[in-house]
Amino acid sequence: MNFKDDLGLQREISKTVGNPLIKDSSSIKISCRDVNIFYNKNVQVIFNINLDVSKNQVLAMIGPSGCGKSTLLRAFNRMNDTIDDCVLKGSIKMDDDDIYSKKIDPVTLRAKIGMVFQKPNPFPKSIYDNVAYGPKIHGLTKNKSDLDDIVEESLTKAGLWDETKDRLNKSGTSLSGGQQQRLCIARAIAVKPEVILMDEPTSALDPIATNVIEELIFELKSSYTIVIVTHSMQQAARISDRAAYFHLGKLVEVNETGKFFTNPSDSLTEKYITGRFG
Amino acid sequence: MTNNKPSTQIIKDLEKLKNYVIKMGSMVEQNLKKSIDSFLKRDEKLAEEIAKSDDSVNDMEIKIDKECNRIIAIRQPTAGDLRFILSMIKIVNDLERIGDGTKKIAHYAQILAAKENKTKLYLEIEPLAERVISMLNKTMDAFTKMDFNKAMEILELDIKINQEFDRISRLFISHMIENPRNIKSMLRVNTCARTLERIGDHSKNICESIIYSVKGKDIRHIKYKDAKISLNIE
Repeated sequence: MNFKDDLGLQREISKTVGNPLIKDSSSIKISCRDVNIFYNKNVQVIFNINLDVSKNQVLAMIGPSGCGKSTLLRAFNRMNDTIDDCVLKGSIKMDDDDIYSKKIDPVTLRAKIGMVFQKPNPFPKSIYDNVAYGPKIHGLTKNKSDLDDIVEESLTKAGLWDETKDRLNKSGTSLSGGQQQRLCIARAIAVKPEVILMDEPTSALDPIATNVIEELIFELKSSYTIVIVTHSMQQAARISDRAAYFHLGKLVEVNETGKFFTNPSDSLTEKYITGRFG
Repeated sequence: MTNNKPSTQIIKDLEKLKNYVIKMGSMVEQNLKKSIDSFLKRDEKLAEEIAKSDDSVNDMEIKIDKECNRIIAIRQPTAGDLRFILSMIKIVNDLERIGDGTKKIAHYAQILAAKENKTKLYLEIEPLAERVISMLNKTMDAFTKMDFNKAMEILELDIKINQEFDRISRLFISHMIENPRNIKSMLRVNTCARTLERIGDHSKNICESIIYSVKGKDIRHIKYKDAKISLNIE
């Protein structure tokens, strides 16, 4: 085995290898077709992505910094709309509905496709209000009792209820980093999303808090579809069902996680996950 | 200036590991040749050396296993690196078993040397031994180069070794039927032949591990022609 072979990083990537598309259309939650994303009109950052995300599965997106994985993740709930001159061409559908259609309200869409960010960002409000805020503004409840139920259910699903039930009126920012991130997950769950996007959700957490979040992701996938961007290869291997590798804005490979980490189909994926570059 | 990047470290670790396995393979190859020599030439002294030398092979097995454990724990290898280490663990096990086989042949060589032989039939194992030595040599060569094409070619050699073993086994059985007084000594010779045949099997296992490491294809327990199809070999 030649361990020191040429990295070939400038190789042309013409086609995504592995299984980016899912044959059984009934199990597809999100589908991207010919997605291209540009900043400032002429700077293209995402090239021709064709990718399906399965229902109730975890898809991990990995790749070196600047490869476009976070940009694509943000495109899934139109977070890129907030960036001036960011243009998307192609289609991204959720359950056959084009999420970039003029009929779709981005605010309603973001309730269906929730997002958890790298750094825990609870509102400077009480734990209760952090979770109750979304259901209130989306009009999901009619009375206080319903809201109490949603708060308890969301905190329970996020594995935070037992730790916070006696101090719901304390500030969300008073919690530890790991608890704050679980609070953000509870906040995302509270508006009854179908998909949860996670952008490096544990990069600011210690190994114990990371483990708690990973266990949570595993439990949440029975109710939600999860797409996670992570820089930790071990984390992608531990929690995902399928893994996707991005390189210079292109989708190089998508495969079932076991195959992806033991016998990837593309040499660039192999070189990245074995730490030869990145 | 030395490069201490983690990616460079794992490359160094894997190269070191590979060199250990090459060294162990070379020790086993030498022992096999010596044990055959001691058997055919009835050289008791040479046979004694093998037993001592097998201890070094066993020590090497433990050393390599520890190194594999260390690399897995510290480097958390994936993909080709992971397959390489998993293959090393299996290859080392096969080499150790070959080492045990050479020790067994040397043990029978000592018994053979100590007793008067009424027949020279034990010399019949020479063509089988030559095939097995050649197969192991080619296997370690394919390992050094991590050449999966060569490893595939070597797999075919095992079929010929099995045929050769069947041939001399039939010969020994015929002799035993005709000369019942020689049954005990001929059974020993037949056991040596059987051991050589098993060494061929271990060489085959090593070739399969090489193929798994390089191509990520597990071709164990499938027919040779199906293995070729799965590896896209004409």
